Amino acid sequence: MIICNEQDMKAFGAKLIQPGIAPGVITLKGNLGTGKTTLVRGALEACGITTGVRSPTYTLVEFYQLPGFSIAHFDLYRLGDPEELEYLGFRDYLRADTWCFIEWPERAEGYLENIGLELEIEYQNECRKLTAHADNPWGERLRRAINLK
Amino acid sequence: MKVLGLESSCDETGIAIYEVETGVIQQRLYSQIECHREYGGVVPELASRDHVVKAAPMIIDLLQQNGGVHSLDGIVYTRGPGLMGALMVGACIARALAWALDKPVLGVHHMEGHLLAPMLSEDKPEFPFVALLVSGGHTMLVDVEAVGEYKILGESLDDAVGEAFDKTAKLLGLPYPGGPELAQLASTVSATDLVFPRPMVDRPGLDFSFSGLKTFALNTMHKLTPLSDQNRAEIAFAFEQAVVDTLQIKCQRALKQTGYRRLVVAGGVGANRTLRKRLQQMSAKLQTRVYFPALEYCTDNGAMIAYAGGLRMAAGQRDENVTDVLPRWSLETLQRLN
Repeated sequence: MIICNEQDMKAFGAKLIQPGIAPGVITLKGNLGTGKTTLVRGALEACGITTGVRSPTYTLVEFYQLPGFSIAHFDLYRLGDPEELEYLGFRDYLRADTWCFIEWPERAEGYLENIGLELEIEYQNECRKLTAHADNPWGERLRRAINLK
Repeated sequence: MKVLGLESSCDETGIAIYEVETGVIQQRLYSQIECHREYGGVVPELASRDHVVKAAPMIIDLLQQNGGVHSLDGIVYTRGPGLMGALMVGACIARALAWALDKPVLGVHHMEGHLLAPMLSEDKPEFPFVALLVSGGHTMLVDVEAVGEYKILGESLDDAVGEAFDKTAKLLGLPYPGGPELAQLASTVSATDLVFPRPMVDRPGLDFSFSGLKTFALNTMHKLTPLSDQNRAEIAFAFEQAVVDTLQIKCQRALKQTGYRRLVVAGGVGANRTLRKRLQQMSAKLQTRVYFPALEYCTDNGAMIAYAGGLRMAAGQRDENVTDVLPRWSLETLQRLN
């Protein structure tokens, strides 16, 4: 799938949180400036969170509590060692009622296998190319629901 | 009253002693940047581990030269906001020390430390003033009416300004933390035909948005590839101009909105020379005054924590039975100090 502007990236993010699908983990691979945070922002905005959405680069994780479910937005860019994920209390966020969006999953190699839906964003001139890879049955259900190959 | 202050919210381990009555301050700072450089970023666990290693010897050294541990009347430390692990180290050291010495202890808001840092300079601003806080993790304009009376006028909706500097620097292939290197690269040229957008200046309000500039830098790089050194310097220059313009426009707007005549610039990006120069020019034109803390107080440091905590402790504030830290903590919830 090709996305060429910020609005479309947000609209795509908004589609990820589907009412018929239980919360799960979505990882986002892609270089600096490919729009990973923009995509997550779209998901958050679709859930009604329009103010106070900050980049988690500095804080590593930003947490949003909503009625009935919550969203955890990770940015692992500054992780030096995958093991440090444990120091963030990462496992405490893996709950049945929490959507986890994880930017820079490659920084936590070995800790995020078979965890859900992997999205990858690549530069394609000024546009972005999105691909999805389902890591488990839940990821496969979500991938089909959003109709992404 | 003589207090020991500890700062450990992120990269820096900062220790200081502040005597409230005399205003004398002594500090030690151990920057972990060298340690982080090899990892390409701030490493949370590493940061907290390093605070553990560095803090005790720094405290011992500072106290040995300043009357010893029993000359202290209290201990203050950064309770938040910041990285959980790093905050916990400072909090544990401060509380354990206070408990062992049977002295009072108080947790301080990291951003209040930054807001009050200009008070450590000889030429200090009077209240009220507008504060521009610009660092790797924060970008905000604050109405500072008095100590503890803060109103956030505007803040970044996405990347902090220091983060935008660091990420753009990274795109240009500079080492971590790239902000100062980007500024250095920008200073090698004085003009360019490249024009970066000034985000959100055409909209009313005092919020900022810097993540689009990073994308703009990226697209510019792709268009100019293969990049010459001159291209890279011009991108750095155009990026810095856009950031500085944006910050200046918002500062001017904040001064107008509040009617205040004083602007205080705090946080690590406050060390940026282009920003300093631009805000001084603006102040001359508006007949307002701009204050910059001494460079050593611009970045995270123990002195600002010792100062802010010392003021509060001298006014009788204490923490009783506090065991948590506050990685997220709003400035607006603080108590006004009378």
